[in-house]
Amino acid sequence: MIQVKNITKEFQNGDVLTQVLKGVSLEINSGEFVAIMGKSGAGKSTLMYQMSLLDHPTSGSIMVDNQEVTMLSHDERTKFRLDNLGYIFQDYALVPELTAVENIMVPLLMQEKSESEAKKIAIASLEKIGLAHRENNLPSQLSGGEQQRVSIARAVAHNPKILFADEPTANLDSESSKAVIDIFRSLHAAGQTIVMVTHEPEYTVYCDRVITLSDGKIIAQ
Amino acid sequence: MATLGTSLKVGIFLGVRQLKRASRWTTGLIVFIMTLTFLNLVVVSGILIGLIVGGNNANREQYTGDVIMTTLSGKPDIAKSQDIIATMKADNTVADYSYRFLSGGAVEANYKTRSDFNTKADTAATQLAGIDPIREDNFSNISKYVIEGDYLDPNESGYVVLGANLLRRFSSSFGDGFDSLDGTYPGDKVKITVNGKTQEFTVKGIVKSKVGEVSIRAFITEGDFLRLTDRGSLNVNEIALRHTAQITDDESKAIFVKNGFDQFTKIQTATEAIPDFLNQIKLAFGVLGNMIGAIGIVVASITIFIVIFINAVTRRKFIGIMKGIGVSSLAIQISYLLQSFFYAVLGSLLGTIILYGVLVPLVAKHPINFPFSDGILVAEPSGTLIRIILLLIVTLIAGFIPARMIVRKNTLDSILGR
Repeated sequence: MIQVKNITKEFQNGDVLTQVLKGVSLEINSGEFVAIMGKSGAGKSTLMYQMSLLDHPTSGSIMVDNQEVTMLSHDERTKFRLDNLGYIFQDYALVPELTAVENIMVPLLMQEKSESEAKKIAIASLEKIGLAHRENNLPSQLSGGEQQRVSIARAVAHNPKILFADEPTANLDSESSKAVIDIFRSLHAAGQTIVMVTHEPEYTVYCDRVITLSDGKIIAQ
Repeated sequence: MATLGTSLKVGIFLGVRQLKRASRWTTGLIVFIMTLTFLNLVVVSGILIGLIVGGNNANREQYTGDVIMTTLSGKPDIAKSQDIIATMKADNTVADYSYRFLSGGAVEANYKTRSDFNTKADTAATQLAGIDPIREDNFSNISKYVIEGDYLDPNESGYVVLGANLLRRFSSSFGDGFDSLDGTYPGDKVKITVNGKTQEFTVKGIVKSKVGEVSIRAFITEGDFLRLTDRGSLNVNEIALRHTAQITDDESKAIFVKNGFDQFTKIQTATEAIPDFLNQIKLAFGVLGNMIGAIGIVVASITIFIVIFINAVTRRKFIGIMKGIGVSSLAIQISYLLQSFFYAVLGSLLGTIILYGVLVPLVAKHPINFPFSDGILVAEPSGTLIRIILLLIVTLIAGFIPARMIVRKNTLDSILGR
């Protein structure tokens, strides 16, 4: 599903050149639930941003579903993300002016679904995560755990090939975190490929594989 | 790539919800600014032009009518005046008319109390107008402008209504170069001299209007005029007419030209009778109004730019997230364009309602008191529409630029706020 070959990522900050990823290579298979772990500054989020096409690597290549994606244009990357990838951010990243159901509808509308069709799918997604009764609530009217569950519903409603989650439980209490991980487990059970960056080892027990990064390199997988 | 239709659909979906759920105070403030900008754009130039148009309208109402016939240069009067008047009476396109006998003359006041005959007599040069009081009043509503005393009675003789500009108490601003009469109130006696012949009249009233031809003349009945001037014929010096709504000024004028009366009188429409310098001033005021309006447009565009820019900057993270989950840049830009469009349309709509519902009728009822005219507010619908379109275009551009600036930022940088 994902083949990463010898990618590097450098950041120029004034005269200082920082190499965050130092020739990382890995493969993630279809249907795998992979955790990326490491200390702060190890490069785990940076690695996820490269694989999820939110950023460009300085060098190396990334194949997603047999397609070389590092050379795609800005618009092509946007379209590729829409069609193939789903995202869950640490801080939920719901659009504040949109209700729960509307947040989920946005990528579906971009996929040229009609408003009624998008709404139907969005409500079904909310039902799956037990938040159908919150469909008309704005993010500000939802708890952190509920917002993250809506964020998951938005990420999977359009059936992405790969789901990327960047520390999805970092801002949640243990109960909400467990609810989020339970959703991931059920998605994984249904065959969803999931790549999750996390600090919390207790949740990696549900993963097929744990990739550990240190100082921009993979030290274990 | 997302199609234009999809981007439009999603842009509208996002824009409508952002507007619906935006702070009402902020939205109200922006719309208020847009309304003021629109009014600034229309009202400033409208009042400047209305200053001249108000004067022109008053001239038409109180002096020229729709078509005015005057004495040809070098001629003492309008030959065949009675034939022209007979033609007007017979023509059903003529709604109303008035004629005036005119002659240069002088008015002397305070001669009864003058003790030192070495000093200059209290005189003022005037244009003496002999009128049919009822016909003239029906035509020009002159009695409405009598501010002291009464208007002429056709059954009385020996009375004069003086234009206010002949009196110093009303015309002090004209300076010493213009002779005017001290004191002089209704009931006072004045001497009027025409062609060396003098007759005493009683001041019946004072007429004050911003139409110069009204305020500088001395009005007496046509009978008194003919007796005083020994005019041998009934040829008049001015004929003003008002036509029916079925024809235009030019068509009305053409009727009299076609009859050959232009050999005996200078025939002009009300517009033609306006001095050219007034048209030039009108043009200059229009340009000035547009310049002031242009400043208003710049202010509005900067306001919208700042509003959209701040909105987009503070929402940069969410713009990044939307791009991250696959929303096209165009859809996001459209959502901001929609907001700009909404502000401009609502501002223009409110401005139009205030303009035509309040300001235009209000200023028409209570004209702005300028020294030389009663200014009205000129707001032609076509001109207003052009200004609305201009405001919309400028607002859309002002909204598009900051939205594009933010949307073009790197997606990840936007999400991470770096």
